[in-house]
Amino acid sequence: MLPDQILFALEVTLNGLMAGVMYALVALGFVLIFKASGIFNYAQGVLALFAALTLVGFQNGQIPFAHLINATFGTNLHTFGWTLPGIVAIALTAGVMVGLAWLIERLVLKHLVNQAPIILFMATIGLAYFLEGLGDVMWGADIKTLDVGLPQGISETVESATAALLGYGFFIDNLDIVATIVAVILVASLTIFSQYSKQGRALRAVADDHQAALSVGISLRFIWVLVWSIAGFVALVAGIMWGTKSGVQFSLSLIALKALPVLMLGGFTSIPGAIVGGLIIGVGEKLFEFTIGPMIGGATENWFAYVLALLFLVFRPQGLFGEKIIERV
Amino acid sequence: MSAQPAVNTEGYTTADGRKIGGVLMEMKNITLRFGGVVAIKDISFDIREGEIRAIIGPNGAGKSSMLNVISGFYVPTEGEVWFKGYRRGPMKPYQVAQLGIARTFQNIALFDGMTVLDNIMTGRLTLMKTGLLAQAMWWGAAQKEESAHREKVEKIIDFLEIQAIRKTPVGRLPYGLKKRVELARALAAEPKILLLDEPMAGMNVEEKEDMCRFILDVNDEFGTTICLIEHDMGVVMDLSDRVVVMDYGKKIGDGTPDEVRANPEVIAAYLGVAHD
Repeated sequence: MLPDQILFALEVTLNGLMAGVMYALVALGFVLIFKASGIFNYAQGVLALFAALTLVGFQNGQIPFAHLINATFGTNLHTFGWTLPGIVAIALTAGVMVGLAWLIERLVLKHLVNQAPIILFMATIGLAYFLEGLGDVMWGADIKTLDVGLPQGISETVESATAALLGYGFFIDNLDIVATIVAVILVASLTIFSQYSKQGRALRAVADDHQAALSVGISLRFIWVLVWSIAGFVALVAGIMWGTKSGVQFSLSLIALKALPVLMLGGFTSIPGAIVGGLIIGVGEKLFEFTIGPMIGGATENWFAYVLALLFLVFRPQGLFGEKIIERV
Repeated sequence: MSAQPAVNTEGYTTADGRKIGGVLMEMKNITLRFGGVVAIKDISFDIREGEIRAIIGPNGAGKSSMLNVISGFYVPTEGEVWFKGYRRGPMKPYQVAQLGIARTFQNIALFDGMTVLDNIMTGRLTLMKTGLLAQAMWWGAAQKEESAHREKVEKIIDFLEIQAIRKTPVGRLPYGLKKRVELARALAAEPKILLLDEPMAGMNVEEKEDMCRFILDVNDEFGTTICLIEHDMGVVMDLSDRVVVMDYGKKIGDGTPDEVRANPEVIAAYLGVAHD
C-alpha cells in the first residue's frame, strides 16, 4: 500500500486534470476563432455566459425581455409556463448560437474585412459588452441554477473502487468526468474536421490568406459564419459545464481570463495545445497549492497560472504547440 | 447572366499547327476608374478556347487591373464581361473562381502555414461536392471523394516536378518554387481559363525557362486556355498565340506576336520615340 501522502497527491493531480479540462473547454473557443481569422476573440467568455443564460431561459420557459416588456406595458409576464427537457433546450440554444454567428458576421465582421487585427480585437471587446448587456436584458441578472441532467456530486463508483483497491477513496466529481469525456470527443472531432474535411481546409486557408482563399473559390462570409457558429457551440458546451458547476451568473464570463494562461502555454493556434495547456495549468495549480501553498500562506491558485504563463512568454513565446513563425528574409 | 449564347465558333490555326477554338471569354469596352484615375480605358478583346493569350505593356499600363477585372477582384466601371457566351453579372472573386477561372498572383498568394499538398488541395475545393452535413454524417463518402481528389493532385505534382517538396510548409520554400506551387494550385481547379499574373517575375533565366516549359506543357497536355500578363517582351513573344498590348490604360495593339512586333505604336511605347 502506498503512503497516504502520495495517494492524496495523486488525488490532487487527478482533480487538477479535471479542472484543467474545464479550462481547456473555454480555451478551445479562443483557438478556433484565432486559427480561422487571426482574431483574439475577447467575447468568448461572454459567449459562454450568453449561451448558458439562453439555455436556462429556454429550459425554464422564461419569456425573453420579460422585464423590459413588463416595465413598458405594465404587464406581469415571467414564464411561458413550461419546462423543456435538457436536450431540447440545448438544441434550441445551439440554433440561437448559429443565428448569433450569422448576425455577428452580418453586422460586424463584414464591414471589417482587411482591417488590422487590433481593429477586429476592439470590435470583439465591444461585442463582449454588448452581449453581456443583451443577456441581462433578455434573461434577467439574477443568479440561476443550470441542470440539464448531467450527473453531479462525488462519484461513489470511483470512491468505492479506489477504496477497495488502494485503501483510500478518491473524491472525484461526476461532472468533471463527464466534462472530460465531452472534451475528448469535442477535440477529436474538431481536429478531424479541421485537418481532413473540405470546410476545415477552407477554414485554414482563410486564416492564412484572404486573397488567395478568394481566388480558389472560398466564400469568406460562409467560413466566418461557420467558425463563429462552432465557437458559439464550444462556448455553449463550456457554459453548460461551468454553469452546472457554479451557477449561471455574470462571473461566468470571467472564466475567459482563466483561458488566457492556457492559451499562452498551449499556443494560440493549436487545438491539442489548448487541451494540454489546460491540463498543465489545472494540475500545476493544484499541486503547487498542495505542496508550496501552505508555506507561503495559500491562495496560490489565484496567481499561479499567470506566473506560469509569464515564464512561458519569456522562454517559449509561441507556446508548446504554436507555430513558430519563420520568415525568409 | 442573361440568356443569349452567341459563341463565335470559328477558330484559327496557329503557326505551329494547333487548332484554336471559338471565343471563350470576351471583354467588351471595359473601363475601370478609381476616383479620378482611369486605369483601363475602353478596352475590348477576346480569349479563344485553347489559346495562350498574353497581355503586355510597360509598368503601370493597367495589365494587372485588367486581370483583376477578369478574375472578379475588380468590378469594371463600364463595359461587359462575357464568358462562354453569357454575360457575366457583377460577381465576387470566389464566385468567379467557382465558374472555372483560376489565377495566380504577381506577389504570390499562397497559404504559408500549410504544406504544398494542402495548398494544392485547396485548389480543388470548388470541385468537391460533399456538403458539410454529409461530411459529418457519412464519413466514408467524404473520404472516398478526398482520395479521388488527392489522386488528381498527385498527378499535377508529378507534372510540375514538385514531388520532393509536397510535405513542406510553403512558407519555407524559395521564391521560384512558390511560383510553381501557385501554378499547381490554380491547375488543380481544372480551370476553363488560367490567369497568370507575371508568372516569370523575379526569376532567374533557368527558372524562367522552366516556367515557360510548364506553361506550354499545361496548354498542350490539358488544353487549358491561358491568359498571362508579362513584362518581358522576349518571353511573351515565344510563348503566346495572340498578344494584347496596353499602354496608359489603352489598347495600342492586338494580334499575333509578329503583327504586334511590327506595330509602330507598340515600338514607340516600348522603346520610346525620338522627339524632334
